Amino acid sequence: MERKFLGIDIGSTAAKAVVLDEKGEIEQAFTVPTGWSSFEALKSIGSKLGMPMDEEHYACIATGYGRNAVAFAGKTMTEITCHAKGAMTLFGENPMNVVDVGGQDTKVITCQGKAVEEFFMNDKCSAGTGKFLEVMANRLNISLEELNELARKHTEEVKISSMCTVFAESEVISLVGQGVPRENIAYGILQSVAGKVSQMLGKLRNQDLDVYLTGGLCEAEYFQELLSDVLGRPIHSDKYARYAGALGAAVFAKEQAEKGRI
Amino acid sequence: MELVKDLPEIFASFSEQRQKSFLSVKEWKDKGKPVVGSYCTYFPKEIAMAAGAASISLCATSDETIPEAEKDLPKNLCPLIKSSYGFAKTDKCPFFYFSDVVVGESTCDGKKKMYELMSEFKDVFFLRLPHEQTEKAVALYRDEIVRLKDYLEQKFEVKITEEMVREATRVNNRANKALKDLYSVMKHDPTPVSGYDIFKVLYGSTFRFDRAALADEVNALREKIEREYAEGKHFEKRPRILITGCPIGGATEKVIRAVEDNGAVVIGYENCSGEKAVGIQVEEDAEDIYEALSRRYLAIGCSIMTPNKNRFQSLSEMIDEYHADGVLDMTLQACHTYAIETNKVRRFVTEEKGIPYINVETDYSQSDIGQLNTRVAAFIEML
Repeated sequence: MERKFLGIDIGSTAAKAVVLDEKGEIEQAFTVPTGWSSFEALKSIGSKLGMPMDEEHYACIATGYGRNAVAFAGKTMTEITCHAKGAMTLFGENPMNVVDVGGQDTKVITCQGKAVEEFFMNDKCSAGTGKFLEVMANRLNISLEELNELARKHTEEVKISSMCTVFAESEVISLVGQGVPRENIAYGILQSVAGKVSQMLGKLRNQDLDVYLTGGLCEAEYFQELLSDVLGRPIHSDKYARYAGALGAAVFAKEQAEKGRI
Repeated sequence: MELVKDLPEIFASFSEQRQKSFLSVKEWKDKGKPVVGSYCTYFPKEIAMAAGAASISLCATSDETIPEAEKDLPKNLCPLIKSSYGFAKTDKCPFFYFSDVVVGESTCDGKKKMYELMSEFKDVFFLRLPHEQTEKAVALYRDEIVRLKDYLEQKFEVKITEEMVREATRVNNRANKALKDLYSVMKHDPTPVSGYDIFKVLYGSTFRFDRAALADEVNALREKIEREYAEGKHFEKRPRILITGCPIGGATEKVIRAVEDNGAVVIGYENCSGEKAVGIQVEEDAEDIYEALSRRYLAIGCSIMTPNKNRFQSLSEMIDEYHADGVLDMTLQACHTYAIETNKVRRFVTEEKGIPYINVETDYSQSDIGQLNTRVAAFIEML
């Protein structure tokens, strides 16, 4: 029986899986919440796959911070390399800058000549990450999707000046206390993340390449509009872009399996 | 002259390893020999050696004493400075405890001001290090080295002659050359041993009293490595990483491990464990030995120099000679001079030398190991 190719990306917030068939076409792409444990997330991925989750049925590469939980994976790789590969699979191999706003960290990656050429990630700090958005959305008692939609309706451009999640949260609390409308605060929050992303992109040597967004914010249209305004260039994305890490891992799995390495 | 000879009161509470270190320094002190402690590669240890003293690097590489240091120092200060001060204050560093004098130096602003506080409870001799590498600077630092000699003569009640300094220089040159020759074995591809193995020897050498014996041991070790390499014993072939940046040791060895645990090998240290510490020889037959020492120390390519062209020169040479596939620049949190210089180093490495570069910023905690591993592994996957 032919094995299929499975990429598993266990992030801090969401776990993603992509299955490629023998021809490399996407057969399955889905996400489950990571919850409290990478192992539990892996189990729920297993329950959604069409076949038993083992080496006999899948050539697998795991990525993401929970990558080591995937015991049957033939190999683990970092999310940076996998995101880049996923982006190049979706968007072609032209030189590009990939932005991924993840749950725990945000990365900017220059892809050139079919490979990662340069990348930056946030350090220990959660400024500009999905975690930042999550904390702020919780504070406003709304979901991430609602945050996006609300922000679009802003009437005033509120500025959140603290980059630090903890300080920014107190800033939001005081804005709420001053009676600032929720949509304006939501705008300030998204604007702050867009600003941080733009700052990271500014560190790259090739800043002028087209920007492609992968990861959790691919469906947040308003965020993309804001980011596009801040950067002064269009932001490209794709319906599969939120699975870019898992997709890249699956493509690597196919390549490695064909070379008989996993 | 009154030397520190008694063990500290809290000695019994120390681990066995630390007790051993205390006892070995005590043994030296019981022979009536003085100890000069220092923190920095700019310290001309030849002068201490000429005075008959042991020259030892002081503890500065663990987060154990940082909470204590933060009672006196700001939190957002370089961990190396906080750790140094914390060890000094808590009597937990055997070498500091037994140092009869600590030699500080005006390298960065943080250290400079920290020494002021340290001098409240320890004898600190402060070397005024110029921040440029001109002839005028050489003359200035020469005078500082002579001032140190005068101070030690008085402190230890000894006469230090020029010939004694020259002899110490010969001994130290030989030890430094032995260490440099040792790490030169990493020019082989594949490498004979891991970069971490080499590091342990380099780091361990800074806590040794007897520089002459050290040279012999290190030479023997190198010969053994070369012999075994010729017989086919070596490390597996891996991507080759050159490490540069802030000093590494103790807590920050996590950076070396992150490189080697993720499939690459560290082939050299363009930092205070390697090239900066032992890479340059003193012209031992120079007419003025003090000037020769000044010239050698000022030539160190540390980021506190401006401009700092020697760092780029040695990076360039090491990248070529060791066939580096990538450069990892480690900076400690709140180290301004190295952090700012990352910008130039990045451009130099990627544009002029044409190989990939990564900067990782870290501190003495172990809480960033996950992120550090991801970053370094991704860098290695790029190569």
